[in-house]
Amino acid sequence: MNPTVTRALKHRLFWPIVTLLGLLVLNVAVRPAFFSIRLQDGHLFGSLVDILRNGAPTLLVALGMTLVIATRGIDLSVGAVVAISGALACSIIAGSADPNSPTTVLVAVGISIVLALILGAWNGFLVSVIGVQPIIATLILMTAGRGLAMLITEGQIVTVNSAPYKVIGGGYWLALPASIIIALGMFAIAAVLTRKTALGLLIESVGINPQASRIAGVRSRSIIWMVYIFSGLCAGIAGLMISSNVTAADANNAGLWIEMDAILAVVIGGTSLAGGRYSLGGTLIGAAIIQTLTTTVYTVGIAPEITLVFKALVVIIVCLLQSPALQTRLGSLRRRPDRRRPDRRRPVTTSTGGVLS
Amino acid sequence: MKKIIGMAAAGAMLLALAGCSGGGGSTSGEGEAPATEDLIVGFSQVGAESGWRAANTKDIQAAFEEAGIELKFSDAQQKQENQIKAIRSYIQQGVDVIAFSPVVESGWDTVLKEAKDADIPVVLTDRSVDSADTSLYVSFLGSDFVEEGKKAGEWVTEEFADADAVKIIQLEGTTGSAPAIDRAEGFADVIGSDPKFEVVASQTGDFTRSGGKQVTEALLKSNPDVDLIYAHNDDMGLGAIEAIEAAGLTPGVDIKIVTVDAVKDGMQALADGKINFIVECSPLLGKQLVEIVEKVVAGEEVEPRIVTEETTFTQEQAIEALPDRQY
Repeated sequence: MNPTVTRALKHRLFWPIVTLLGLLVLNVAVRPAFFSIRLQDGHLFGSLVDILRNGAPTLLVALGMTLVIATRGIDLSVGAVVAISGALACSIIAGSADPNSPTTVLVAVGISIVLALILGAWNGFLVSVIGVQPIIATLILMTAGRGLAMLITEGQIVTVNSAPYKVIGGGYWLALPASIIIALGMFAIAAVLTRKTALGLLIESVGINPQASRIAGVRSRSIIWMVYIFSGLCAGIAGLMISSNVTAADANNAGLWIEMDAILAVVIGGTSLAGGRYSLGGTLIGAAIIQTLTTTVYTVGIAPEITLVFKALVVIIVCLLQSPALQTRLGSLRRRPDRRRPDRRRPVTTSTGGVLS
Repeated sequence: MKKIIGMAAAGAMLLALAGCSGGGGSTSGEGEAPATEDLIVGFSQVGAESGWRAANTKDIQAAFEEAGIELKFSDAQQKQENQIKAIRSYIQQGVDVIAFSPVVESGWDTVLKEAKDADIPVVLTDRSVDSADTSLYVSFLGSDFVEEGKKAGEWVTEEFADADAVKIIQLEGTTGSAPAIDRAEGFADVIGSDPKFEVVASQTGDFTRSGGKQVTEALLKSNPDVDLIYAHNDDMGLGAIEAIEAAGLTPGVDIKIVTVDAVKDGMQALADGKINFIVECSPLLGKQLVEIVEKVVAGEEVEPRIVTEETTFTQEQAIEALPDRQY
């Protein structure tokens, strides 16, 4: 076989990318104009633009989740943080004298982001200082957080009529959705910070063995604390996007099950839940697959009753294709059987059993 | 071992005591037909999950206060066990009537039988139970979701009476929920008889604004020539409005919208001309509940199924009704 092809086949993101392309091809087959993009009121308009805009919050949350999972943790509270930050920002704007003033919006956004950072720090405190298991520590905020959001909105859906606020999740910069620019901006910052400095290496070492890392001189505690704060920040911004997209804060439903989508995006992207090596590029592809999957359901017209089955099938296929055990087996069918051990660099990716919403 | 037996015995005695006090309470209320002032009604609410529910609670409390009937209110916080506990405590206190909105449909037979044994009539509000034994409750007061779908369908047939072909997108509620199933059924019953109506796509938006927006965005691209959107609640309709505007079309004109619920934000959009018609699903059933309670206590016959008094709103009616809208 051609060596370039073999290398491509062995690349960790080969199967996720194939899945993404496969979904896009399916969409084009059903609706040939799927890729068409036109200029509408000065911004790009088309299905691909929708995928980018609606996928931005999931991408952001998954970005924070990737780093948390890399330290062998998990953050279940992101959905609640999404609800809280949206609820707080909308309540402040709705209660102000002039909802259309950029100052009001900046203040509301600022306060919400600070609160999201505090919530992230709370999770980090529980995990790194108190030593509570991550799944339990973040479960606390996952349960309590939505109640907090309900308190802020008093159980109502808070509608805001604010043009500047609408830009964050539903507006456009340079003809592109503002939300995807913000999400990709955060992504670039995270990539540069962790891959161009030693930070990424330290995060991975903490994920592989916290004790050994500490003894080797890595400040495990601060690094764990930091990734939870970052995850809180990402979820907070995602919450602003989600509420801004519909110009309303719905404490009950905003960001519901987004933690599961985010974990799924991370897993599809080839990052192991066991911690250690992580792939930001993989998370990007994973988030794109999840959003494209949702759009595909609508385009193809899959009945709502079997939507979840369809989504589950796609996810199972991606996870199976990526699993080293299956790959070795497929490989041995192609080649002469040999006794080499399978490539263990990337641990088995397993389905999270999450809810696909 | 002895300890355990002792504890079990103590527990059994406690239960027996509780049974006694329950029985005693109800007999005291039975003898003479009590005057309205002495009536005590126990009400167990689902929770406070939405603006609709909050308005429902407020209306019931206000209606009983106005009628001078004492209302014992408890919030089940979406949990059936809390609701069962509340009903048991009402039985023990010997209230005259128990009313509740069941959190879920099943699992009520035991506790309702206890109420029946204590001769306390039970009224269901807003949601029903799936018990085979209908003698366990005297009446079910709530909206008829099929009727709501029919009302929406009837408006559509009138509005498009002169059209040759009408393409419809349906935004369904949460898959499998009673309102989603019934509102789709009622709508289909009415428009189904005329072949010019075609539902080109029907997807769930989970009763949320973001769901409604995302589904509409995608469906508008596959069906750009759609004439009407039928949303199972206002919030999905509000999401659809945003998607239609983003596509450079005018909601209410290029694409007509009909929804169910009539919450304040929906009524505002209706008054602004962005929605064309709303079928009301009213949470304001306090007055009717008071009437049922008074009849039951007076020993009069009550219909086993009472539909909430509900109306529909056109754009003009919405402008009038909007200032007094409570929820």
